[in-house]
Amino acid sequence: MAQVTNRLTPFFENITFDREDNELILNFGPQHPSSHGQLRLMLHLQQEQIVKAHPDVGYLHRGMEKMAENMIYNEFMPTTDRMDYVASSSNNYGFALAVEKLVGLEVPRRAKVIRMMLLEINRLMSHLFWLATTALDIGAMTIFLFAFREREYLMDVIEGYCGARLTHAAIRIGGVPLDIQDDFIEQLRTFLNKLPANIKDYEDLLDTNRIWLMRMEEVGTISTEMALSWGCTGPMLRASGVAWDIRKEEPYELYDEVEFNVPWSDKGDNFARYRIYMEEMRESAKILYQTIDMYEECVKNGQTELMAHAPKYISAPKLDIMTQNYSLMQHFVLVTQGMRPPVGEVYIPTESPKGELGFYINSQGGPYPYRLKLRAPSFWHTGILTDLLPGHYIPDVVSIIGTTNIVFGEVDR
Amino acid sequence: MRTYTPKDDVQAKSYYTDRYYVSPQVPKSEVETDAVFAADLEAIKAKFEVKEVFIQVEQMVVYINANDIYGVLELMRDELEYTQLSEMSAIDWLAKDNTFEIFYQMLSMNKRKRIRVKYFIKNGQAVDSVEKLFRSADWSEREMFDMFGIEANGHPFMKRILMPYDWQGFPLLKTYPLEGDEFASWYEVDKIYGKEARDIIGPELRDTARVDRYDSQRFARLGHEVPKGTEITGDEPKNEQAYQEDGGVFLIKKFDKESSKIIDDPQR
Repeated sequence: MAQVTNRLTPFFENITFDREDNELILNFGPQHPSSHGQLRLMLHLQQEQIVKAHPDVGYLHRGMEKMAENMIYNEFMPTTDRMDYVASSSNNYGFALAVEKLVGLEVPRRAKVIRMMLLEINRLMSHLFWLATTALDIGAMTIFLFAFREREYLMDVIEGYCGARLTHAAIRIGGVPLDIQDDFIEQLRTFLNKLPANIKDYEDLLDTNRIWLMRMEEVGTISTEMALSWGCTGPMLRASGVAWDIRKEEPYELYDEVEFNVPWSDKGDNFARYRIYMEEMRESAKILYQTIDMYEECVKNGQTELMAHAPKYISAPKLDIMTQNYSLMQHFVLVTQGMRPPVGEVYIPTESPKGELGFYINSQGGPYPYRLKLRAPSFWHTGILTDLLPGHYIPDVVSIIGTTNIVFGEVDR
Repeated sequence: MRTYTPKDDVQAKSYYTDRYYVSPQVPKSEVETDAVFAADLEAIKAKFEVKEVFIQVEQMVVYINANDIYGVLELMRDELEYTQLSEMSAIDWLAKDNTFEIFYQMLSMNKRKRIRVKYFIKNGQAVDSVEKLFRSADWSEREMFDMFGIEANGHPFMKRILMPYDWQGFPLLKTYPLEGDEFASWYEVDKIYGKEARDIIGPELRDTARVDRYDSQRFARLGHEVPKGTEITGDEPKNEQAYQEDGGVFLIKKFDKESSKIIDDPQR
């Protein structure tokens, strides 16, 4: 059959289905409730079994790397929020850390503690969100309501700190803009004291649930070799038998001072990933308790500084700007022209809730980065679907996409 | 006279540059200072030519020849335990010397070390695909092709990945403007309605700085709503918006301008 094309039909729909065999091409997405964003999957099916999968991404592409090349470093910070918008502080942090390493800044201890609190709260928020949406896809409505309820408390805590619930921009290059509010610790402690009971509620509902187990166990098994070859990181890699957590192995901030375990499994299936997310929530709570102690120690020792002191790169505190002429001038230059980091390049990985979030920055000494590459974990966690889905059945697609925990702000950037 | 803007790099430029300012460098150190990196480098040097090497921010950077890349990465994966290709992409140096710089970010989990392998290629030259070694390169190389137009020889599916398949131009080149080129501004009009509709519809507004705030066709004009297509004069009454129900919402304090205390003493 000859293809009849005209301008009104987009080119990709002009596929003629005149094959001899029974292969059916199913177009999954880009608007599909369980694709967690704008994922389009072209699935080649034999009956209900997938023989070939072709993920198509780019529906949320905003050209962040291009934007970064046209923005001064501080300007780009709120843009990073829009990558993994479920845990936006971890993106802010990854970018801030990369610029700090490029420039060679030392962040004050109190700021580090606050950053760690924000990072772990974001991890909890992200994992709760993951649990809620994945369980909803599988059909567990109660879990969705439970997990969103807990996430709401954390969003309130974050809102109290930075005024935003989703796009926080709560971290600055060189520190944090604000100290935590008066009732932050109290609210956080209340939440953390409740969290174990909450996690137990989820587990009681899911761990021995027949439907949940049938959808999760032995489904979407990723071998260690496949996970390494596809550049999987984070829970995806840890579920496949590699206990690699950047917080533990290449510690940044104060992660070498806190005590926590890295949960891992050698099963590699959906259920292993689910268990790892649950265990990581417990570990995050453990870290948060320790950061509260560290924060109170900072208060006791009178460590009040929140921003690094580096007049060439970082504006002085507000009090200095308002009272001292030179600080005001320097602030004016930094705001209008931007900081000029040294010539060189860095690649800094951090452990975001999804995996290894890396920022590669090539600076040529100007106020704009010459090249900025965002290494988002979800990009490869989407790519692996090409090799992972064949052999599975249509209902498995939903649970596999769920446990890969992909966020399209990050895949498409 | 209009100021001259270089056509080979149309990205944002600093409006003020001190002629006498010399940028500092991110410190580089010798490879000998790190025993693990030194051993890795020896292994690479035994088989391949290494052009330049140094350690910068705790990671070794190795410059090699463009056609050695498959061999080097294979050696690193099989013998030096660099089991993961975290990231790869290109840097556009076309304005400087008509080359691209390609980098491969490698990770060894056993050694807890990261190496960046780099090389230069001429404009128009293709790279060797490493997709056979690392499946992650499948999508990375497609992204590099999408953004820079650098093709990878031996790649199974060298198509665009983030931009539409029928896109023209390579967005991350320095010659490509931030708000898109002419093709970008007519892309949707041409595709959906055809070129003859260009005069009726007009190009897409891709520069947010040029958005017409009196445009009632495209924008809702929050707080100053008018029926679609109304001629805007600019003196429409403001529609007061109530964001909260009367008496406030549970747990949210209602902001009331009248009962708020306004501090007008600067010396408070």
